[in-house]
Amino acid sequence: MKELVCIVCPKGCRLKAEGPDSITGNSCPRGAEYGKMELTHPTRVVTSTVRCTGGLHPRCPVKTDRPIPKELMFEAMAALAAVDLTAPVRTGQVVAANLCGTGANVVATRDL
Amino acid sequence: MPDRNSPEVLFDSSPCKKKNTKRYDLIVIGGGPAGLAAACAAWEAGLREILLVERDRELGGILNQCIHNGFGLHYFKEELTGPEYAGRFLSILEQTGVEVRSGTMVLELTPDREVHMVGRETGYQVERARAVVLAMGCRERTRGAIAIPGTRPAGVYTAGTAQRYVNMEGWMPGKRVVILGSGDIGLIMARRMTLEGAQVLACVEVMPYSGGLSRNIAQCLNDFDIPLYLSHTVTEIRGKNRVEQVVVSQVDKERRPIPGTERVFDCDTLLLSVGLIPENELTRQAGIEMDRRTSGAVVFEDMETSLPGVFACGNAAHVHDLVDFVTAESQRAGQAAARFVQGGTAEAGPVLEVETGDGVTYTVPQRIRPDRVEKGCGLFFRVNRVCGESEILVRSGERQLARFRRDRLAPGEMERIILPRAALDQAEGRLTVSIREVDAV
Repeated sequence: MKELVCIVCPKGCRLKAEGPDSITGNSCPRGAEYGKMELTHPTRVVTSTVRCTGGLHPRCPVKTDRPIPKELMFEAMAALAAVDLTAPVRTGQVVAANLCGTGANVVATRDL
Repeated sequence: MPDRNSPEVLFDSSPCKKKNTKRYDLIVIGGGPAGLAAACAAWEAGLREILLVERDRELGGILNQCIHNGFGLHYFKEELTGPEYAGRFLSILEQTGVEVRSGTMVLELTPDREVHMVGRETGYQVERARAVVLAMGCRERTRGAIAIPGTRPAGVYTAGTAQRYVNMEGWMPGKRVVILGSGDIGLIMARRMTLEGAQVLACVEVMPYSGGLSRNIAQCLNDFDIPLYLSHTVTEIRGKNRVEQVVVSQVDKERRPIPGTERVFDCDTLLLSVGLIPENELTRQAGIEMDRRTSGAVVFEDMETSLPGVFACGNAAHVHDLVDFVTAESQRAGQAAARFVQGGTAEAGPVLEVETGDGVTYTVPQRIRPDRVEKGCGLFFRVNRVCGESEILVRSGERQLARFRRDRLAPGEMERIILPRAALDQAEGRLTVSIREVDAV
């Protein structure tokens, strides 16, 4: 049996997992889904910043528009280092498509 | 003729103060999540002359540097990053006629609700208001506040400062990092620094439990195999110009370092995540009653302070974990400010003092006027220890008014209960909130 802390919401339920399909301790269905994913192929949404010239700040915050495999986080960071934006940037604008072949797009999370 | 040499004349700044005759319905001090929510709610409630004053160049406050996700699950029912959460409120604000003055610092609030402010473009202005919302947020505790022995090299930052450098200004504060304190900002920065290529050697917490949310321990430390040392603290900082080493020691139950347990980390950076202090210089200066437990103003059920027509909310009132709760609380403050200006406030009636019983460190509000509570009154509090399955008990004298069950309680996780009006009506004089751990069978 494996013990996990659910990261879906701030409540942080303590999950007990006998296997991917027997998760207990969750207080919502998303917790069970998280437990299953965590045991089979863990994923995370990556948030970071990319270079941006001409805006109020030199960095523009971004996120992956869906979770990507956890083991690709550092590869994703390396790919983001190559992104260079020019203001104006709008929230939701795609700044890198299909990040590391995951199918996830990287989108800006603020106007700049 | 005044004597030109008298000190009063030499230091009198009044010629440059511009005192305006206009009276705003509401002045909101601070344009972070609390101020944005309060201003929008007051507009929604019908106030039309609202001024929002912000010290920074832009609105949004701390959310602008909190680029991670996890915000908004309660309020927007979706997972947003900090800048996105701020952006939602900026869009709402744009639909209103709220006047915004950014790059403007409030210097003083007087008891008759005059707000003194200074800005690069507008100079020194004195504005009058029928109501004021205090939404100044909080500041980080620094090295000075916790008195860490050792040298005074560069490379010691508060976690929030480092967060601003990395996420907004594009500077990396260091390469080998130790984090003191396991507050949420410290945990978030452990992950952030790691993703940006730094090596985070340890997160050190003086208490036997973490000060942050458990999910942040999971996704910020465990995901990256960063060790968390509970019941440990930094006992020395070494380095001449730049941090070269920090010494970490285990502490006993009284939080005293235990000799012989020292371990040395070679690092160039120490981040401090050792607590937040509500920023209330203006509040104190205005003579508003303060609560030593929250370091914020004593507030009533609608977030009104001891000074009628002045309301406090968000991290200026008490330090929150979740912005969603800041939003809800600040909307209540904005709505109450609108009612105050519109003359729709119910008679105050009797006042209940809320007292902290066993295991409870503070409550917000600290006072409740039952006649001004419609259905129920939300009450925030924190506990002083980690508990398993527990009951939250609300009593007035010998009489038990309400009881709530929780699977787990922890100091790092603020609790919220709703006291029904019917229960409040049975109370006399004071309420006591306490916790009791249910014995495991």
